[in-house]
Amino acid sequence: MATRRPAATKRRASTPSVLKGRAAQPLAATGANGGGRIGVRKTYKLYIGGAFPRTESGRAYEIFGARGELLANACRGTRKDIREAVRAARKAQPGWAGKTAYNRSQILYRIAELMEGRRDQFVAEVMAAEGVGRARATRLVDAAIDRWVWYAGWADKFSQVVGAVNPVAGSYFNFSIPEATGVVGVVAPEASSLLGLVSRLAPVIVSGNAGVVIASETRPLPAVTLTEVLATSDVPGGVVNLITGLRRELVPTLASHMDVNALDAFGADPDEAVAIETAAVENVKRLVRPPSAGLERYDWLSPRAQSPYLIGEYTEIKTVWHPIGA
Amino acid sequence: MTLTKKRETRPAPSSWGLAARDIPWEYAPAPESTDHVRIEPEYGLFIGNEFAPSKPRKTFTVINPATEEPLAKVAHASKADVNRAVATARRAYDTVWSRLPGSERAKYLYRIARILQERSREFAVVESMNSGKPIKESRDVDVPLAAAHFFYYGGWADKLDYAFPGREPRALGVAAQVIPWNFPLLMLAWKIAPALAAGNTVILKPASTTPLTAYLFADVVRQAELPPGVVNIITGPGEIGMELVSHPDVDKVAFTGSTAVGKMIARATAGSHKKLTLELGGKAANIVFDDAPLDQAIEGIINGIYFNQGEVCCAGSRLFVQESIHEPLLDKLKARLSTLRVGDPLDKNTDVGAINSAGQLAKVQELVQSGIEEGAEIFQPDCVLPDKGFFFRPTLFTGVSQSHRIAQEEIFGPVLSVLTFRTPEEAIEKANNTPYGLSAGVWTEKGSRIFKMVGAMRAGVVWANTFNRFDPTSPFGGYKESGYGREGGIHGLAAYLDLSGGNGTRG
Repeated sequence: MATRRPAATKRRASTPSVLKGRAAQPLAATGANGGGRIGVRKTYKLYIGGAFPRTESGRAYEIFGARGELLANACRGTRKDIREAVRAARKAQPGWAGKTAYNRSQILYRIAELMEGRRDQFVAEVMAAEGVGRARATRLVDAAIDRWVWYAGWADKFSQVVGAVNPVAGSYFNFSIPEATGVVGVVAPEASSLLGLVSRLAPVIVSGNAGVVIASETRPLPAVTLTEVLATSDVPGGVVNLITGLRRELVPTLASHMDVNALDAFGADPDEAVAIETAAVENVKRLVRPPSAGLERYDWLSPRAQSPYLIGEYTEIKTVWHPIGA
Repeated sequence: MTLTKKRETRPAPSSWGLAARDIPWEYAPAPESTDHVRIEPEYGLFIGNEFAPSKPRKTFTVINPATEEPLAKVAHASKADVNRAVATARRAYDTVWSRLPGSERAKYLYRIARILQERSREFAVVESMNSGKPIKESRDVDVPLAAAHFFYYGGWADKLDYAFPGREPRALGVAAQVIPWNFPLLMLAWKIAPALAAGNTVILKPASTTPLTAYLFADVVRQAELPPGVVNIITGPGEIGMELVSHPDVDKVAFTGSTAVGKMIARATAGSHKKLTLELGGKAANIVFDDAPLDQAIEGIINGIYFNQGEVCCAGSRLFVQESIHEPLLDKLKARLSTLRVGDPLDKNTDVGAINSAGQLAKVQELVQSGIEEGAEIFQPDCVLPDKGFFFRPTLFTGVSQSHRIAQEEIFGPVLSVLTFRTPEEAIEKANNTPYGLSAGVWTEKGSRIFKMVGAMRAGVVWANTFNRFDPTSPFGGYKESGYGREGGIHGLAAYLDLSGGNGTRG
């Protein structure tokens, strides 16, 4: 499969953009592998509770490449899909948080291993989605893989950096440790289809949260392929759930959902900041705001795009007291 | 004041091991003297180290909740006053405070801590007069802890570079802080100490019923010779607090109070650059297993819910008792409850003082009435309440079910709801079945069970075999709708710093 993608990409480059919406050679489907064989196309589905359902609505919307060619039909997820995803996340979260940090660390590393195996496929999909050349796409995919490796290592170190034994003025043993916040909504960055998503998702799940992700609206296909990796990486079903569709239909539902504990709105449109934050107030969600300047100039390749402080945004500090005595 | 009435003779509780004969168990009145305390007839707003009337000049009266007598008039700030306070704090930040080395800021905080210690009796008396809390609590808890907070955070001011690996912490700027009436001075210290240590300037709005120790603190600020405008204190109703937190030139908002108001503040700051921390309501579970040290547990339960008249966000208001010990525990608890002394907050023997306001008393009464109407069984000791003032008998309900309002809503009063459980799993399920998540308590002698329960509680502070302990080094704050951010410890420092790593990320 990996060998087919480059051919598809070349062909796409010559597809006239006037045919937008009616491209003769949809990439995702292309599979034109010479010899007249009819390729087997991939159906891009949602990812909920470890399964790949279609949207309950049966609706779809067309995904176009950077040059205007049709890439695939994606599920146009609904509010109900979001609610199903939150339910799956809630169910999966305690078990995920209950795994040892060492175990979570290995599972995140496993994601990197499996992405590496699909590296060419991700490069082709990022090229198609973002309209970047092979070299750039390769850098983005490699950075996404390395980002999983980086966060994998934090799983069993984060507590040691942010936890504390507190020297209270009394005969008590007192310590503070971080714990996963619970179910975290992630509004994936719109432009950075893979690296942006991974950069926001990894710090959410590494501490034991379960995530409900709204994929990039216009560039969701690499995200869907990522869920196929997650499904085979020992990440328990429901720990990551991904919905594709129109953001105006999905974001308000996620932002206002009463069983979502935190929301990463970093990838959301700054114009939506007030609406998102207002919706998130109802159950006192922890919130990461969209940057006021937007993400256009944001450098996802920078080491600054990864930080243990981001893990901290989705954890709670729990402090425990116990008397000392014989 | 004539709060202390002659008590009836009653038998000592059998649990004390005394013979079941009548003992004249009386306490002579032991009121704390107030003659060394000077409360001004009127307090202006404290802006730029000067007290000045609000513009237009308007005041409201602050009363003593134990006597209902007026204590002082305080300024009712206007929107223009808020603007003036924010501008003053901004100027102090830009021209003085942000340029001062941390080592110099530290010394100001140490000065404040020392002056609070020097003037501790005065603060304790005024705190009890204005809030209604027993003098032994203001004297032994509120005031010493307030001083300790300044001492602790003073030490951080010149060590910020060591606190957050990989970050260069910077002050945020101007902090707007709104605090409640249950721990007026202590909440002030929780807010102002870390803010100043981190290099911010502040405008604090105390609760409208309890501004007196805040204005007394303003005098400490002057004695410590803090640069004008670093600490500003304004008073007024909730709307003025909203004006303050909504002000566009405020960089940081910190609020302690009800979840409802916390949500209003979160909406008011939505989409802004302001860093927000909220410490909101609670409905803590205090879970007692059958192997718990019973007498210690009784003291912990009493302290958990009747400390400060139960007007504590982290109060252990839901008691979960393992079924097998329900009866003996309740017997002991009722006996202990009957020994609580309710009355004059200034009497050194008083355990339960006055509810802070008529409004709060009405709320407590309404919720207690709902408990009766929903079928829970009420127990109150037959203590004599003073004729005047906002007093309420320490109360407990048995036969409470999860759906009762008294098991769901924060009462913020001396009212305990007793529920039962059979297995640890059931206790976990019931304890976490609330939108709140501020604190929890666990009582058992079994170490492994302590850690299982501690891990399972969705709460920011868990007390095991103790309850209601506080310390400046110990982070405090909630999960879920009890708010976000922490106060106390190194984590409390983070709330007042810009720790963004550049490149647009917050963290």
